[in-house]
Amino acid sequence: MQPTDVRNPNYYHKVVDCQWACPAHTNVPEYIRLIAQGRYTDAYMLNRESNVFPSILGRTCDRPCEPACRRGRLDGKPVAICRLKRVAADLRGEIKDRLPKIPAKKNGKRVACIGGGPASLTVANDLMPLGYEVVMFEKYDKPGGLMRTNIPAFRLPSEVLYDEIGQILDMGVDIRYNSPIESMKALLAEGFDAIFVGTGAPRGKELDLPGRHDTNRIHIGIDWLESIAFGHTDSIGEKVLIIGVGNTAMDCCRSSCRLGGNSIKVMARRPRGFFKASPWELEDAEEEGVEIIVNHAPKRFVIENGKLTGMEFERLEWDAKAKNSKTIDTIFFPADDVILAIGQENSFPWIERDIGIEFDKWDMPVVDEKTMQCTRDGIFFGGDAAWGPKNIIWAAEHGHQAAISIHNYCNGTPVTERLPQGANLISTKMGISEWSYHNDYNPAQRQKMRHVDLTRRFKQMNIEVELGFDIEQTAREVQRCLNCDIETDFTAARCIECDACIDVCPVQCLTIARNGEEDDLRKRLSAPAINLTQDLYVSSLLPQTGRIMAKDEDVCVHCGLCAERCPTAAWDMQKFELLIPYAGRPVNTESCVPV
Amino acid sequence: MPSIAKPIATHPSLQRNELGLTIRDYEGAMSTLCAGCGHDSITAALVRALWEISVQPHMIAKLSGIGCSSKTPTYFVNGAHGFNSAHGRMPPIATGANAANRELIYIGISGDGDSLSIGLGHMCHAIRRNVKLVYVIENNGVYGLTKGQFSASADIGTKSKKGEKNRMAPIDPVMLGLSLGATFIARSFSGDKDQLVPILKAAIAHRGFALLDVISPCVTFNDHDGSTKSYLYTRQHELKAIEADFVPPASEILAHIGKNGAVSVTMHDGSAILFKGVPANYDPTDREKVIAYLEEHQGKGEVVTGLLYVDESVPDMHEMNHSPDVPLIRVPYQKLCPGSAVLDKLQEDFR
Repeated sequence: MQPTDVRNPNYYHKVVDCQWACPAHTNVPEYIRLIAQGRYTDAYMLNRESNVFPSILGRTCDRPCEPACRRGRLDGKPVAICRLKRVAADLRGEIKDRLPKIPAKKNGKRVACIGGGPASLTVANDLMPLGYEVVMFEKYDKPGGLMRTNIPAFRLPSEVLYDEIGQILDMGVDIRYNSPIESMKALLAEGFDAIFVGTGAPRGKELDLPGRHDTNRIHIGIDWLESIAFGHTDSIGEKVLIIGVGNTAMDCCRSSCRLGGNSIKVMARRPRGFFKASPWELEDAEEEGVEIIVNHAPKRFVIENGKLTGMEFERLEWDAKAKNSKTIDTIFFPADDVILAIGQENSFPWIERDIGIEFDKWDMPVVDEKTMQCTRDGIFFGGDAAWGPKNIIWAAEHGHQAAISIHNYCNGTPVTERLPQGANLISTKMGISEWSYHNDYNPAQRQKMRHVDLTRRFKQMNIEVELGFDIEQTAREVQRCLNCDIETDFTAARCIECDACIDVCPVQCLTIARNGEEDDLRKRLSAPAINLTQDLYVSSLLPQTGRIMAKDEDVCVHCGLCAERCPTAAWDMQKFELLIPYAGRPVNTESCVPV
Repeated sequence: MPSIAKPIATHPSLQRNELGLTIRDYEGAMSTLCAGCGHDSITAALVRALWEISVQPHMIAKLSGIGCSSKTPTYFVNGAHGFNSAHGRMPPIATGANAANRELIYIGISGDGDSLSIGLGHMCHAIRRNVKLVYVIENNGVYGLTKGQFSASADIGTKSKKGEKNRMAPIDPVMLGLSLGATFIARSFSGDKDQLVPILKAAIAHRGFALLDVISPCVTFNDHDGSTKSYLYTRQHELKAIEADFVPPASEILAHIGKNGAVSVTMHDGSAILFKGVPANYDPTDREKVIAYLEEHQGKGEVVTGLLYVDESVPDMHEMNHSPDVPLIRVPYQKLCPGSAVLDKLQEDFR
């Protein structure tokens, strides 16, 4: 193998599994260390830099970081990253003076953001400090998009939501409520310098089965959640069937628990293990007494005398991979209400098809993955509006990228010109066996979230179920983080091949061996390479024997013992900091965390 | 010393031996030796060897004297018995312990100072008695604990850290062992576990005294240019004369021999040492040929390594003394010490 080039920011970035998995590349280990030090405000600001909505995401994020977390490969449970984010958000102090300063003198450019959800808000957050005038068109009388209308208040209290939206709107965004855009052509005529479309995926998928339109007791999940958020809906029948088993279904069944339902069943076509809902959302729903019925495919709605009485399902038997099924029989489930939560779609009836915005065969706009620009220059898409339903953290990342494009576009720079990421590497060595991070491995188990008890939480729609970690839980959970950003940095020229690092490594991730092709080398490691998605570090040739140092990154606990036992400092523990470019800030060398 | 204990985290594929123990169960306390010390690699080789042959930790006795090397027993098999004796006195303590309980596996760790200076006489007599003992000399050519003076194994012409040359002739434990009739003699290098681990396993299976001279560079005082015990010098001058594999008793030894066409020596416990890659005119069971080979190559400045000599035919201390098969600690006290009346009668017989 060729020696690994650790100067490429991607190499060490990938070692920080959580940061690599996060669409916005939030610096997770660093903010967990700040929480450990009680620096909640600093931890919050570090989060805000990349993900813009730490309080909201600390409650509602899809957490792509957690399945990726290295700790999960060691003791089965990842660090509770998302919950710790909420700790920082809940305990932070005043941040007004630390938010970006908005120049009094504007730069003369006007940008329209369509929709007031997370993607548009991120665009505003990045462009307002650069002097842009941002006009945001929101179809309802309140901001927040799907974060407000589709996430029930028992998961995301409205004061949390409005606090973080307010941080951005208070930068001076010209937000126009009750202003749905009916025509892109008309908007173009208003002469904005750039337009950002962040209208989400606002249409719930239909289930056109017999009886669908013969009753008013069949609801589209996201519309139904929206009507709860607006206060239009405050009750539901006792027997409720939810069709679909994604996260929207979870929100629908749990909302039903609070609005009068007492026999609530989530009907899944496929067996467990093939659900779209996040495992923790399933767990929370089942804790509330919701029943999940697997292997049932909807067949028809049963209407008697103009009244919905229930639904017929086909009972399915699946093969092992849940690819093919056969029907066993048909079965009836009584219901007062049925809620359809089988997916969302985009819909752009307001974009004229003759103005240079191309749509593909699925009637989705053609959007460039890097620049977020559609086929008409100066119009950008992001969030669910770009490629269909994703999540809030993706919306934030799309917003950042779109803001870079808009800034380029307004300054006459090609939008394809993207500034590269950078990286800082700083030694954490303070003395002999002394490091500027806490390197001890803490065997603590993942802390369990405490919940409001069942009877109390059902009384009101807006009682937040999760209580958040208390101080002791936080203190234990932060120590579970392995500090994967403190990288094992190797200098081959200094190595005397004494084997000290190999002997001391608790997880046998180091090997000195003859070089070879990757497949061959992976077979000759101290411990078998069982996770091929993780990189193999290979040094240049070692001076004494011409062999190489190899490191399987898979389960390194970043304890630094290799560096402590290295007599020549060939190994060092160096803190890796990914430098991410944002609009108008090429590579942010001034960390937002004061030293 | 390291700032933290070794994390309890392990690789997900961590294996268990016949006793159901992992290699981590054979570790000891964290080393307080200098970072990069060869001794720690020898410790790691011992941990691996003992784990691989599935020794029950409580059936091991670790003994040592004084010196950097003598700290080693603390760093492997926490669950074993241990005795840290006065300087150079590990061999008689081990002899006594072995006399009392012949069932344990005795691992004595010593250094070039402990064994070749202050304890030289004791070592010689333990060799003569053929005490069943794995005797590891962690040989670095300097007195590390007293800041790097030449030890008795320093070669003529080797340089101290300050540049001073050694003029006194070295004591070579391998040649000394051959002259004293040692029955198992090996030399190895801390930086070569592929060689050291099988030698350790064979040494544990050996019938009597197993002498292991292991070059173990001192990173702090003897790893510089001009030293003949540095990592670099050892690597440049090492001559791996003999390649040996240890074959445990249960394995089909003949199959191995058939495949490799190599020499095999059957050990007292039914295991075997399989010699591959033995040079012409070399016979690891023929003392004269071994001496001739070593003199020829060591004269050229080569560091000859491998399992150099084995003689399984010599009885060990217990066999020579006709002591009972049952360890003495399990013989009832009345029988071991029958009292003054019996002593009086015995003395009466000599009057």
